[in-house]
Amino acid sequence: MALLHIEKLSKRFGGLQAVNDVSFTVPEGAIKAVIGPNGAGKTTLFNLISGALPASSGSIRFNGGELRKKKPYQIANMGIARTFQNIKMFNGMTALENVMVGRHVQSGAGFISSMFRMPWSRREERGIYQKSMELLELLDIAEYADVEATSLAFGQQRAVELARALALEPSLVLLDEPAAGLNIYETAEVGRLITKIRDMGITVLLVEHDMSLVMDISDEIVVLSFGERIAEGLPAEIQKDPEVVKIYLGE
Amino acid sequence: MKKYYPFIPFIFFVVCVHFLTAWTDTLYYLTQMTMSAYYSLLIIGLCAVMGYAGQISLGHAGFFAIGGYLSAGLTTSNLLEYKDTSVVRLLDYLGLLMSGEDIYGDTVMVVIPWAACIFAVVVAALLACLIGIPALKLKGHYLAMATLGFGIIIYRIVLATPYFGEADGISEVPGFVLFGDVVVNGDFSNRVGNYYIAWTLVLFGMLLLRNLIDSRVGRALRAIHGAEDAADSMGVDTTTYKLKVFVLSAVFAAVAGVFMTHYNGSIGPSEAGVMKSVRYVAIVAVGGMAHLWGALIMAIVLNFLSLRGVFGTYDDAIFGLILIIIMLFAPNGLLRINYRYYAAKILTFRRQREEG
Repeated sequence: MALLHIEKLSKRFGGLQAVNDVSFTVPEGAIKAVIGPNGAGKTTLFNLISGALPASSGSIRFNGGELRKKKPYQIANMGIARTFQNIKMFNGMTALENVMVGRHVQSGAGFISSMFRMPWSRREERGIYQKSMELLELLDIAEYADVEATSLAFGQQRAVELARALALEPSLVLLDEPAAGLNIYETAEVGRLITKIRDMGITVLLVEHDMSLVMDISDEIVVLSFGERIAEGLPAEIQKDPEVVKIYLGE
Repeated sequence: MKKYYPFIPFIFFVVCVHFLTAWTDTLYYLTQMTMSAYYSLLIIGLCAVMGYAGQISLGHAGFFAIGGYLSAGLTTSNLLEYKDTSVVRLLDYLGLLMSGEDIYGDTVMVVIPWAACIFAVVVAALLACLIGIPALKLKGHYLAMATLGFGIIIYRIVLATPYFGEADGISEVPGFVLFGDVVVNGDFSNRVGNYYIAWTLVLFGMLLLRNLIDSRVGRALRAIHGAEDAADSMGVDTTTYKLKVFVLSAVFAAVAGVFMTHYNGSIGPSEAGVMKSVRYVAIVAVGGMAHLWGALIMAIVLNFLSLRGVFGTYDDAIFGLILIIIMLFAPNGLLRINYRYYAAKILTFRRQREEG
């Protein structure tokens, strides 16, 4: 069963067709990778799915519901979490607080009950804290819980961002270049982590440049070039696809 | 529990100031301390919007004035000649009117302060919604622009409306009976009582805001300040949150305006002036933006000095200057200056000069 259906999705920036008539599906419980050379429209595609950019035409169906024209916070509430290519930590907040923000959709205390510290909001607050600490432990960064997130090392910030996305308890997580800027050991670690996330029952859609990582962990791959889908299939098929070889290695 | 610790020295400070002034026979200082308290209430509300949610409001004096003027207007304008109209009858039936005597000894019929206060605060909240809804849908400093315009409009309205006393403002505002014998008014005999009423109100407001900042809502607000689009994709409805915190701070400002007006017994157009709004922004900046206690401390110190007339006729200029200096040299506020960094800089500069 496909969790995410993308159909004839297009995005135009003025004269530039960033995403052109792209269609593919993401099966539930799979790791699907979107690859392609720089400027292929991968991040634009992510921004369309997460609602950060409005699509020009086409449709995005998730769990049977239409995502197009929904706002990012509504899409997050429907169960899609994301990370960013250039990590976006919340300035002035600790690693733990960053992850706690991720619990927003799973909690409900409003202005009044927060100001008066109602018993139920205190109970909820304890739950948020415990769950966030668990996630930091899962990603081996519990020791940095009280460090301001923006002052952490790059790899640790990536881990915080991942924990923050997992805190939403999403059914689909969008990872935008999770291995960018990491060394080979850290990349391997991220690979293991993504497999672990999939094994937790969370579907993963990722954009990645590191080919060995993509070939290792993905169940399916879709290849974009100049905004168009040029191939889709299993990693082994993609590796042999003459069209893909051509765009990566030239004629 | 740790976040409540600062309340202890603060309560101690408030009580100490009372004893010290009583002991040195300078109880008149408490008048300015009480007024500073009401300004502080507005300023901590503004701090929640500016420091935590990252939205700048240049119209808070407007909300303060709405609170003060509406409460003053309703509790002073005589409804006796309209007593046969259905609206006034209804108000009377609901127990929202009281009779009294004006300065000439004539009987008057006015709205009770509680009803006036609630009405004023509700109007301020609605107006905050009205400005906030279009301005906060956009990212960036549109709220600052919209509130600046709003502040100017309110100032011109109170200056031009006979109901609000035009340039004279409204005086002879009756005391605000909170309950039993607890009254907000300017009687000298009630000076100590009023001092404690004001600071209780401020500390209560502080408690609410401290709780808010350390909650799910507070984290969402700080996340909006930290990275708005990331907060959005974490499921935070950024527009609604920004709007709610802005309305909350307008309510704080209006409550401060109501209490201040009943305490002073009068309100004038200068309270609605744009320079007042700039002053509040400057004080939040001096306090360190995202720092409620810093804002509170600076609000007490600077308002007290200003009300004592220390800055003389340069009052507004001083606050402008403070804003410039803080932005240039201590963008994180006076309490968070990196003194070591500056000390080291001065030392190396001297050494270089000696060596050179």
